Amino acid sequence: MKIVLTIVGMDKVGIIAKVSNALAGMNINIININQNIMQGFFNMVLIAEMSEESAPLAVAKETMTKLGEEIGVEIRLQSEEIFTAMHRI
Amino acid sequence: MLYNVKDILETTSMITQQNLDVRTITMGISLRDCGHPDMKVCAQKVYDKICQKAENLVKVGEQLELEFGVPIINKRISVTPISMVGESCDSADYVPLAKALDDAGKNVGVNFVGGFSALVDKGYTKGDRNLIASIPEALATTDIVCSSVSVGSTKCGINMDAVKQMGEIVKATAERTKHIDALGCAKLVVFCNAVPDNPFMAGAFHGVTEPETVINVGVSGPGVVKVALEKVRDGNIGEVAEVIKKTAFKITRVGQMVAQEAAKRLNSQFGIIDLSLAPTPAIGDSVARILEEIGLESCGGPGTTATLAMLNDAVKKGGLMASSYVGGLSGAFIPVSEDEGMIAAVEKGSLSLEKLEAMTCVCSVGLDMIAIPGDTSAATISAIIADEAAIGMINNKTTAVRVIPVPGKVVGDRVEFGGLLGYAPIIPVSTFSAEKFISRGGRIPAPVRSLTN
Repeated sequence: MKIVLTIVGMDKVGIIAKVSNALAGMNINIININQNIMQGFFNMVLIAEMSEESAPLAVAKETMTKLGEEIGVEIRLQSEEIFTAMHRI
Repeated sequence: MLYNVKDILETTSMITQQNLDVRTITMGISLRDCGHPDMKVCAQKVYDKICQKAENLVKVGEQLELEFGVPIINKRISVTPISMVGESCDSADYVPLAKALDDAGKNVGVNFVGGFSALVDKGYTKGDRNLIASIPEALATTDIVCSSVSVGSTKCGINMDAVKQMGEIVKATAERTKHIDALGCAKLVVFCNAVPDNPFMAGAFHGVTEPETVINVGVSGPGVVKVALEKVRDGNIGEVAEVIKKTAFKITRVGQMVAQEAAKRLNSQFGIIDLSLAPTPAIGDSVARILEEIGLESCGGPGTTATLAMLNDAVKKGGLMASSYVGGLSGAFIPVSEDEGMIAAVEKGSLSLEKLEAMTCVCSVGLDMIAIPGDTSAATISAIIADEAAIGMINNKTTAVRVIPVPGKVVGDRVEFGGLLGYAPIIPVSTFSAEKFISRGGRIPAPVRSLTN
């Protein structure tokens, strides 16, 4: 299944490195990254492919939320379906 | 690029900053096979059936919340009106059935169980009488059971005997729960044109036309609409309506997705999406604030009915295309105690009971969660119910009354209900009497459906 991660917070060194490392550790494959810095704020939308066998969604979500707390940014992980529903007819 | 980054960030901020949520997943369960002459057996059958059918409701709700990343605030159950379920019991006291609903609901972990209800639009059966008489005790001795009584409809007219009785029942319920500021009345609603598939409380019941089990979903999102409107502060009212439509579409799509998936996982039929803007007492989740954003100094002032009519219509137009099945109450809710902006408007003196009544002519769903002085007479409450039912009957729409006459409280006092039910200032009620009118009883004949001026 495809998932979407949104990462928002104060910019600092190594956010992408830590996030992609954590995803790799759960065998989650990154498909697309869109990232920028706006007024010192780090904004990133990351789309990835994962299978429930390698990491259940609940586990992946918890891992990423914890990582976000460690780095000091907010990381949300959710299934892509809500975005499809809302923005595609 | 699979998605536009702007779209993704928009959805995320709707959830994290603008209080977008799915207000409720409500599972309707038919209890038509639970009747039995022995009350104990009947109550046990009710308990068992709910526990079995709704076993996974809360678990599935929590799963969906996690996967889709959208909060699902309430999981609820609605059941066949208990007046029908209890009808074949030998006992006239239906409180044990309310307790069975309460116990079953708590066992499966839902927030509310609706359906301690009777439909007496034209008259009473034995079960209806028993049920209505049991309401004050049932609401006082249970925690999550909600009760509703339908007293009229466009097709049947208004049952004024029931209107009279419901004024008394509201008073009795307030008295029976006076130690908790008449909280029982917050779980009791009197309808005209009640709908069989409403997922919202306190008025949810599983109508006789419904299947064995069904999933109905109510969405929320006044905060999202308010924020969207902040971007068109210079636009004309047509542009405002357009923004509301587009926003309602997006909100409803989330509900549709959750409802379909919930129905699939619960092995149940997907019933309807209720296209309602349901507020909460939280800041930034208010319908009143939307009206003020459109251009009113304070909700309740002149212009309120017009802005509300436009809002309600635009929400429906946007929502209709977003969902394959729409039903329930479908309209902007204007509960006073559950809406931070409405509370402020009452406190400021811009919103009165009379203006609220006018507002219910153009939106869902009636005089809702309004705290009134404890010395308001049963006949006056009946008359308020009759007025509201008349609006529903003539305009072919659902209307309802959920007023709370708080014993010992007067205008200027405030009551706290807690949680989603919020808090409310006591609103003044006209003291002119309707005693004679209410004591007449009888039925208001069904209205003519042509010559509609």
